[in-house]
Amino acid sequence: MASGRIACHSEDMTAGLIVLAVVLVAGTAIGLWRRSTDGRFGVTDESGPAGQPIDAALLAALGADRPADATLLQFSSAFCAPCRAVRRISGEVAALVPGVRHVEVDAESHLDAVRALDIWRTPTLLVLDADGREIKRATGVPAKPQLIAALGAAIKR
Amino acid sequence: MELDPRGQRFAATLTSVVLIVVLATGWGWLALIQSVIFAITAADPRRGPYPLIYRALVLPRLGPPAVREPAAPVRFAQLVGCVFLTVAAIGYLSGGTALGVTFAALGLLAAFLNAAFGLCVGCEAYLAIRRLTARSAA
Repeated sequence: MASGRIACHSEDMTAGLIVLAVVLVAGTAIGLWRRSTDGRFGVTDESGPAGQPIDAALLAALGADRPADATLLQFSSAFCAPCRAVRRISGEVAALVPGVRHVEVDAESHLDAVRALDIWRTPTLLVLDADGREIKRATGVPAKPQLIAALGAAIKR
Repeated sequence: MELDPRGQRFAATLTSVVLIVVLATGWGWLALIQSVIFAITAADPRRGPYPLIYRALVLPRLGPPAVREPAAPVRFAQLVGCVFLTVAAIGYLSGGTALGVTFAALGLLAAFLNAAFGLCVGCEAYLAIRRLTARSAA
Protein backbone atom coordinates (compact mmCIF):
# COMPACT_ATOMS: atom_id res chain seq x y z
CA MET A 1 0.00 0.00 0.00
CA ALA A 2 1.34 3.40 -0.89
CA SER A 3 2.12 5.64 2.07
CA GLY A 4 0.60 9.08 2.32
CA ARG A 5 2.43 12.06 3.77
CA ILE A 6 3.24 10.39 7.06
CA ALA A 7 3.85 6.67 7.54
CA CYS A 8 0.67 4.94 8.65
CA HIS A 9 2.30 2.23 10.71
CA SER A 10 3.65 3.11 14.12
CA GLU A 11 6.08 0.16 14.03
CA ASP A 12 7.60 1.61 10.87
CA MET A 13 7.99 4.99 12.48
CA THR A 14 9.63 3.43 15.51
CA ALA A 15 12.03 1.57 13.26
CA GLY A 16 12.85 4.81 11.48
CA LEU A 17 13.53 6.60 14.77
CA ILE A 18 15.74 3.80 16.03
CA VAL A 19 17.71 3.73 12.79
CA LEU A 20 18.00 7.51 12.95
CA ALA A 21 19.47 7.34 16.44
CA VAL A 22 21.87 4.57 15.41
CA VAL A 23 23.08 6.55 12.40
CA LEU A 24 23.72 9.70 14.42
CA VAL A 25 25.54 7.85 17.20
CA ALA A 26 27.58 5.76 14.75
CA GLY A 27 28.34 8.82 12.65
CA THR A 28 29.55 10.74 15.68
CA ALA A 29 31.73 7.83 16.76
CA ILE A 30 33.22 7.45 13.28
CA GLY A 31 33.85 11.17 12.96
CA LEU A 32 35.54 11.44 16.35
CA TRP A 33 37.66 8.34 15.74
CA ARG A 34 38.78 9.64 12.38
CA ARG A 35 39.60 13.01 13.89
CA SER A 36 41.80 11.30 16.49
CA THR A 37 43.77 9.23 13.97
CA ASP A 38 44.20 11.84 11.26
CA GLY A 39 47.70 13.19 10.90
CA ARG A 40 49.15 10.86 13.53
CA PHE A 41 52.44 9.18 12.72
CA GLY A 42 52.16 5.50 13.59
CA VAL A 43 55.42 3.73 14.30
CA THR A 44 55.91 1.01 11.72
CA ASP A 45 56.61 -2.39 13.23
CA GLU A 46 60.27 -3.08 12.47
CA SER A 47 60.28 -6.79 13.19
CA GLY A 48 57.73 -7.56 10.51
CA PRO A 49 57.95 -7.25 6.75
CA ALA A 50 57.77 -3.51 7.11
CA GLY A 51 61.25 -3.64 8.64
CA GLN A 52 62.65 -4.62 5.26
CA PRO A 53 63.51 -1.96 2.72
CA ILE A 54 60.83 -1.49 0.13
CA ASP A 55 61.49 -3.26 -3.16
CA ALA A 56 63.84 -1.09 -5.21
CA ALA A 57 61.94 -1.69 -8.43
CA LEU A 58 58.73 -0.55 -6.76
CA LEU A 59 60.40 2.63 -5.56
CA ALA A 60 61.85 3.21 -9.01
CA ALA A 61 58.40 2.91 -10.56
CA LEU A 62 57.22 5.62 -8.16
CA GLY A 63 60.17 7.86 -8.88
CA ALA A 64 61.26 7.54 -5.26
CA ASP A 65 64.57 5.73 -5.70
CA ARG A 66 66.99 8.62 -6.06
CA PRO A 67 69.38 8.82 -3.11
CA ALA A 68 68.32 10.94 -0.16
CA ASP A 69 68.79 10.97 3.60
CA ALA A 70 65.04 10.54 3.88
CA THR A 71 62.10 10.49 1.49
CA LEU A 72 58.59 11.78 2.08
CA LEU A 73 56.51 9.52 -0.14
CA GLN A 74 52.99 10.90 -0.50
CA PHE A 75 50.07 9.00 -2.03
CA SER A 76 47.40 11.35 -3.34
CA SER A 77 44.32 11.11 -5.47
CA ALA A 78 42.17 13.44 -7.52
CA PHE A 79 39.18 13.77 -5.18
CA CYS A 80 41.19 14.73 -2.16
CA ALA A 81 41.29 18.18 -0.58
CA PRO A 82 43.63 17.21 2.32
CA CYS A 83 46.19 15.96 -0.24
CA ARG A 84 46.92 19.55 -1.21
CA ALA A 85 47.62 20.45 2.40
CA VAL A 86 50.00 17.51 2.78
CA ARG A 87 51.74 18.47 -0.46
CA ARG A 88 52.28 21.98 0.83
CA ILE A 89 53.54 20.91 4.26
CA SER A 90 55.80 18.18 2.85
CA GLY A 91 57.23 20.56 0.28
CA GLU A 92 57.98 23.14 2.94
CA VAL A 93 59.65 20.60 5.22
CA ALA A 94 61.67 19.10 2.35
CA ALA A 95 62.90 22.57 1.49
CA LEU A 96 63.71 23.25 5.12
CA VAL A 97 65.59 20.05 6.00
CA PRO A 98 68.63 19.26 3.83
CA GLY A 99 68.80 15.82 2.24
CA VAL A 100 65.05 15.24 2.35
CA ARG A 101 63.14 14.56 -0.84
CA HIS A 102 59.36 14.83 -1.32
CA VAL A 103 57.80 12.52 -3.88
CA GLU A 104 54.08 12.67 -4.62
CA VAL A 105 52.38 9.77 -6.36
CA ASP A 106 48.88 9.41 -7.81
CA ALA A 107 47.45 6.39 -6.01
CA GLU A 108 45.14 5.42 -8.81
CA SER A 109 47.97 5.21 -11.35
CA HIS A 110 50.03 2.96 -9.09
CA LEU A 111 47.63 0.38 -7.72
CA ASP A 112 50.46 -2.19 -7.49
CA ALA A 113 52.27 0.02 -5.03
CA VAL A 114 49.05 0.85 -3.24
CA ARG A 115 48.42 -2.84 -2.62
CA ALA A 116 52.05 -3.68 -1.82
CA LEU A 117 52.36 -0.82 0.66
CA ASP A 118 48.91 -1.33 2.17
CA ILE A 119 47.54 2.08 1.24
CA TRP A 120 43.79 2.43 1.74
CA ARG A 121 43.26 6.18 2.02
CA THR A 122 44.66 9.33 0.61
CA PRO A 123 46.54 11.26 1.68
CA THR A 124 48.97 8.71 3.06
CA LEU A 125 52.47 9.96 3.75
CA LEU A 126 55.29 7.45 4.19
CA VAL A 127 58.57 8.52 5.77
CA LEU A 128 61.38 6.42 4.27
CA ASP A 129 64.99 6.30 5.45
CA ALA A 130 68.05 6.31 3.20
CA ASP A 131 67.69 2.55 2.50
CA GLY A 132 64.05 2.82 1.44
CA ARG A 133 62.79 1.37 4.70
CA GLU A 134 59.43 2.69 5.90
CA ILE A 135 59.94 4.29 9.31
CA LYS A 136 56.58 5.93 9.91
CA ARG A 137 53.40 6.73 8.07
CA ALA A 138 50.46 9.04 8.54
CA THR A 139 47.04 9.29 6.93
CA GLY A 140 45.34 12.65 6.87
CA VAL A 141 47.15 15.92 7.39
CA PRO A 142 50.07 15.91 9.86
CA ALA A 143 51.22 18.99 11.72
CA LYS A 144 54.58 20.31 10.64
CA PRO A 145 56.33 19.72 14.01
CA GLN A 146 55.14 16.09 13.99
CA LEU A 147 56.43 15.66 10.45
CA ILE A 148 59.83 17.09 11.32
CA ALA A 149 60.02 14.81 14.37
CA ALA A 150 59.18 11.81 12.19
CA LEU A 151 61.96 12.82 9.83
CA GLY A 152 64.32 12.97 12.76
CA ALA A 153 63.64 9.31 13.46
CA ALA A 154 64.29 8.44 9.82
CA ILE A 155 67.50 10.39 9.31
CA LYS A 156 69.31 9.24 12.44
CA ARG A 157 69.21 5.64 11.23
CA MET B 1 34.47 25.17 -11.68
CA GLU B 2 35.65 25.92 -8.15
CA LEU B 3 33.28 26.03 -5.20
CA ASP B 4 33.11 27.59 -1.77
CA PRO B 5 33.63 24.60 0.59
CA ARG B 6 31.52 26.25 3.28
CA GLY B 7 28.56 26.17 0.91
CA GLN B 8 29.02 22.42 0.57
CA ARG B 9 29.09 21.95 4.36
CA PHE B 10 25.99 24.12 4.65
CA ALA B 11 24.18 22.06 2.02
CA ALA B 12 25.21 18.87 3.83
CA THR B 13 23.73 20.31 7.02
CA LEU B 14 20.40 21.08 5.36
CA THR B 15 20.45 17.63 3.76
CA SER B 16 21.04 16.03 7.15
CA VAL B 17 18.06 17.86 8.63
CA VAL B 18 15.84 16.77 5.75
CA LEU B 19 16.98 13.16 6.04
CA ILE B 20 16.44 13.18 9.80
CA VAL B 21 12.84 14.22 9.11
CA VAL B 22 12.53 11.52 6.44
CA LEU B 23 13.74 8.81 8.80
CA ALA B 24 11.65 10.04 11.71
CA THR B 25 8.42 10.30 9.73
CA GLY B 26 8.82 7.87 6.83
CA TRP B 27 7.78 10.72 4.53
CA GLY B 28 8.42 9.26 1.08
CA TRP B 29 7.60 12.42 -0.86
CA LEU B 30 10.19 14.36 1.09
CA ALA B 31 12.74 11.69 0.19
CA LEU B 32 11.79 12.18 -3.45
CA ILE B 33 12.13 15.96 -3.15
CA GLN B 34 15.59 15.50 -1.65
CA SER B 35 16.64 13.22 -4.50
CA VAL B 36 15.53 15.89 -6.98
CA ILE B 37 17.52 18.49 -5.05
CA PHE B 38 20.55 16.22 -5.31
CA ALA B 39 20.01 15.88 -9.05
CA ILE B 40 19.76 19.64 -9.62
CA THR B 41 22.86 20.31 -7.51
CA ALA B 42 24.80 17.59 -9.31
CA ALA B 43 23.96 19.25 -12.61
CA ASP B 44 24.93 22.74 -11.44
CA PRO B 45 26.50 22.96 -7.97
CA ARG B 46 26.05 26.72 -7.87
CA ARG B 47 22.35 26.74 -8.69
CA GLY B 48 21.09 23.88 -6.54
CA PRO B 49 18.44 24.88 -3.98
CA TYR B 50 20.73 24.61 -0.95
CA PRO B 51 23.64 26.51 -2.54
CA LEU B 52 21.20 29.24 -3.53
CA ILE B 53 19.98 29.52 0.07
CA TYR B 54 23.63 29.64 1.18
CA ARG B 55 24.40 32.44 -1.24
CA ALA B 56 21.34 34.43 -0.22
CA LEU B 57 21.45 34.02 3.56
CA VAL B 58 24.86 32.83 4.75
CA LEU B 59 27.52 34.05 2.35
CA PRO B 60 26.78 37.76 2.86
CA ARG B 61 27.52 37.31 6.56
CA LEU B 62 30.77 35.39 5.98
CA GLY B 63 32.47 37.19 3.15
CA PRO B 64 34.35 35.49 0.33
CA PRO B 65 36.02 32.12 0.93
CA ALA B 66 39.73 31.83 1.61
CA VAL B 67 40.00 28.58 -0.34
CA ARG B 68 37.95 26.96 -3.05
CA GLU B 69 37.53 23.31 -3.90
CA PRO B 70 37.03 21.61 -7.26
CA ALA B 71 33.47 20.83 -8.24
CA ALA B 72 33.97 17.28 -9.49
CA PRO B 73 33.91 15.45 -6.13
CA VAL B 74 30.92 17.50 -4.99
CA ARG B 75 28.96 16.64 -8.12
CA PHE B 76 29.85 12.97 -7.75
CA ALA B 77 28.68 12.98 -4.13
CA GLN B 78 25.40 14.69 -5.11
CA LEU B 79 24.86 12.08 -7.80
CA VAL B 80 25.38 9.22 -5.37
CA GLY B 81 23.01 10.93 -2.94
CA CYS B 82 20.43 11.24 -5.70
CA VAL B 83 20.61 7.52 -6.45
CA PHE B 84 20.33 6.57 -2.78
CA LEU B 85 17.41 8.89 -2.11
CA THR B 86 15.59 7.78 -5.25
CA VAL B 87 15.79 4.18 -4.02
CA ALA B 88 14.67 5.33 -0.57
CA ALA B 89 11.72 7.24 -2.04
CA ILE B 90 10.69 4.23 -4.12
CA GLY B 91 10.89 2.14 -0.98
CA TYR B 92 8.78 4.44 1.14
CA LEU B 93 6.20 5.22 -1.53
CA SER B 94 5.65 1.62 -2.55
CA GLY B 95 5.25 0.34 0.99
CA GLY B 96 8.75 -1.19 1.14
CA THR B 97 9.64 0.77 4.25
CA ALA B 98 12.72 -1.31 5.05
CA LEU B 99 14.23 -0.29 1.72
CA GLY B 100 13.33 3.34 2.34
CA VAL B 101 14.79 3.36 5.83
CA THR B 102 18.00 1.61 4.75
CA PHE B 103 18.83 3.97 1.93
CA ALA B 104 17.74 7.09 3.75
CA ALA B 105 19.95 6.00 6.65
CA LEU B 106 22.97 5.55 4.38
CA GLY B 107 22.32 8.96 2.86
CA LEU B 108 22.08 10.52 6.31
CA LEU B 109 25.32 8.88 7.44
CA ALA B 110 27.23 10.37 4.51
CA ALA B 111 25.59 13.81 4.83
CA PHE B 112 26.09 13.89 8.60
CA LEU B 113 29.78 12.91 8.36
CA ASN B 114 30.24 15.68 5.81
CA ALA B 115 28.29 18.31 7.73
CA ALA B 116 29.68 17.59 11.21
CA PHE B 117 33.25 16.50 10.40
CA GLY B 118 33.94 17.60 6.85
CA LEU B 119 34.49 13.98 5.79
CA CYS B 120 33.85 13.00 2.20
CA VAL B 121 32.78 9.36 2.33
CA GLY B 122 32.66 8.95 -1.43
CA CYS B 123 36.18 10.29 -1.82
CA GLU B 124 37.51 7.79 0.70
CA ALA B 125 35.59 4.85 -0.69
CA TYR B 126 36.83 5.61 -4.19
CA LEU B 127 40.41 4.43 -3.65
CA ALA B 128 39.36 1.41 -1.62
CA ILE B 129 37.01 0.32 -4.39
CA ARG B 130 39.63 0.90 -7.10
CA ARG B 131 42.19 -1.01 -5.09
CA LEU B 132 39.93 -4.02 -4.73
CA THR B 133 38.49 -4.16 -8.20
CA ALA B 134 40.89 -2.71 -10.74
CA ARG B 135 43.47 -4.84 -12.43
CA SER B 136 46.96 -3.46 -11.96
CA ALA B 137 48.68 -1.42 -14.58
CA ALA B 138 52.18 -2.61 -15.50
